[in-house]
Amino acid sequence: MTIAVRFDKVSRHFGQVRAVDEVTLDVAEGEFFAMLGPSGSGKTTCLRLIAGFEQPDAGHIEIFGETAEGVPPYRRNVNTVFQDYALFPHMTVGENVAYGLMIRGVGRTARQSRAREALAMVKLSGFEGRRPMQLSGGQRQRVALARALVNEPKVLLLDEPLGALDLKLREQMQEELKSLQKEVGITFVFVTHDQGEALAMSDRLAIFNEGRIVQVGRPNEVYERPNSRFVASFVGSSNILPPELALRMGGGRHWTSLRPEKVTLSRGNTPASPSQPSIAGKIMSVHYQGSQTRVTVGVDSDMRISANAPSTQGAFREGELVTLSWRPEALHAMEQDL
Amino acid sequence: MSVAAIGKGSVVANSGSRISDLWFRHPWFLLALLLTPPLLWIGIVYVGSLLTLLLNSFYGLDDFSGLIKYELTLSTYAQLLQSANFDIIVRSIAMAAAVTIASAVIAFPVSYYAARYARGKWKAFFYIAVMMPLWSSYLVKVYAWKLILAKEGIITWLADTMRLAWLLDGILALPVVGGPSLSISYIGMFLVFVYVWLPYMILPTQAALERVPNSLVDAAADLGANPWLTLRTVILPLALPGLVAGSIFTFSLTLGDYIIPQIIGTSRFFIGQAVYTQQGTAGNIPLAAAFTVVPIVIMGVYLWVAKRLGAFDAL
Repeated sequence: MTIAVRFDKVSRHFGQVRAVDEVTLDVAEGEFFAMLGPSGSGKTTCLRLIAGFEQPDAGHIEIFGETAEGVPPYRRNVNTVFQDYALFPHMTVGENVAYGLMIRGVGRTARQSRAREALAMVKLSGFEGRRPMQLSGGQRQRVALARALVNEPKVLLLDEPLGALDLKLREQMQEELKSLQKEVGITFVFVTHDQGEALAMSDRLAIFNEGRIVQVGRPNEVYERPNSRFVASFVGSSNILPPELALRMGGGRHWTSLRPEKVTLSRGNTPASPSQPSIAGKIMSVHYQGSQTRVTVGVDSDMRISANAPSTQGAFREGELVTLSWRPEALHAMEQDL
Repeated sequence: MSVAAIGKGSVVANSGSRISDLWFRHPWFLLALLLTPPLLWIGIVYVGSLLTLLLNSFYGLDDFSGLIKYELTLSTYAQLLQSANFDIIVRSIAMAAAVTIASAVIAFPVSYYAARYARGKWKAFFYIAVMMPLWSSYLVKVYAWKLILAKEGIITWLADTMRLAWLLDGILALPVVGGPSLSISYIGMFLVFVYVWLPYMILPTQAALERVPNSLVDAAADLGANPWLTLRTVILPLALPGLVAGSIFTFSLTLGDYIIPQIIGTSRFFIGQAVYTQQGTAGNIPLAAAFTVVPIVIMGVYLWVAKRLGAFDAL
């Protein structure tokens, strides 16, 4: 397996702010790799370090085995889809897509036909003569994608590319991006703050917090076995049980994660399945979410546990007495004390 | 206020201020009120007098009586093509073009720095440095330059002390643009024009560069353009509307000025001086009007060409 991008203890500081702090990371060739984290967690700076817009203060970056420090962005075989798309407003869509080829000295007819192909790939055939200003957000996003892919980069960097799109379009673009990546086989490094997006699209993802990587893994690994309280609460939502409560609920004396969808709710004092561990409590709040209802139950004076009840179970009311139950293996002890 | 009191008040919070209610319900009323005075001003005082001027240029002067003949003729425009008048036009256009190009060349790097790098107090310093020359009287500045450029002035003195007198003499010996001293030469006039109009080039250029997002510069580099290519293919085209706006100022201000050519420079006329003398001492208002039409036509053609070349495509 070839390593597409390698970070070895890479740091980038802006004054007192440690935007990226000793990050070590490998991205494999052909992988769809997501960098997930809240804003200011260092994920975008990592992307800019790969693109060459930023230079590391410490550490070592390799792109396909070649040292990247000191190499300006225009000498890197890496292309970026920018968050605001960064289409050149004074050029047509066709000229935008052909820009990289023009810079490399590809002849006019050759670059026009390649730009046409790239636009066809993102389903924008016939848009060559339009101006970026005349396009919708989704169309601009596709142009930005075509403009990057036409250069056949070794790594494609995507900086929150779907952030500005509305929900329906975003879901559609997620699928298209994923299938496009399979089609072209290029390594994609995708920055997002949307955990749903990262889980749905990536082969592997890295969770960033405060300039560091907290956890790296496949989406199901990260979701099922978060290594820290931060990951458990940032990726999906989770009940984070303090060691004492976890012990009472049949786990070990560790910080423990229990996903709400793994908690079964039953009315009154009887658990849904007598063989399972259970705990009784009073409903504090009910949030109807369509197919399911998020019910938050107070089990102690100050401890609350949320459960996702299928909406077919009927309406729950605040103040109702209920019993929560779960399978013992649903309790996941987290090794990191963060 | 207790929680219980919330929501128990009247639906209409404040029954006063009927006039603002009227404006709220009839936005066009406020708009009309705000726009009528400036529209009247532009329409009557400005466009009206411009049309009168245009009309005057189509009248002629009676050769014997020296009075204006109020019948439409193109003879006044024909006079513009006589060599004495035509030279004035060519001279003025050449000077305006030289001043504009020099201003753009000087203004671009300054504006680029101010727009992309200067922050906080450096930005404030930039604005003050650019604007300050505009705060003092135009005449004072021109006379100050007259002293600076004079044969007894600081530039001659500096050239002497630095043993560069031969260089200054060489420059002054140049045909056409040279002269007995800088203050009586086209070079001197050019320097003063550039100094006086430079802020009008810097400010719009800086504003245009300010609007170029950093991500576009990043994108160009990302797609393989080195800094020089980025400048040529992305930054310069996007700054062009600003440069064109600035050049409209420097070009038309130079074309129309009659004070600088009078105080600094040779005895040869520029358009502004021609207009001044024709409508004043000579009493030839039609010819003065025809001279005034020249810059208007030139600017019109210039803007049309700029648009055809795509200078405003990014707007």
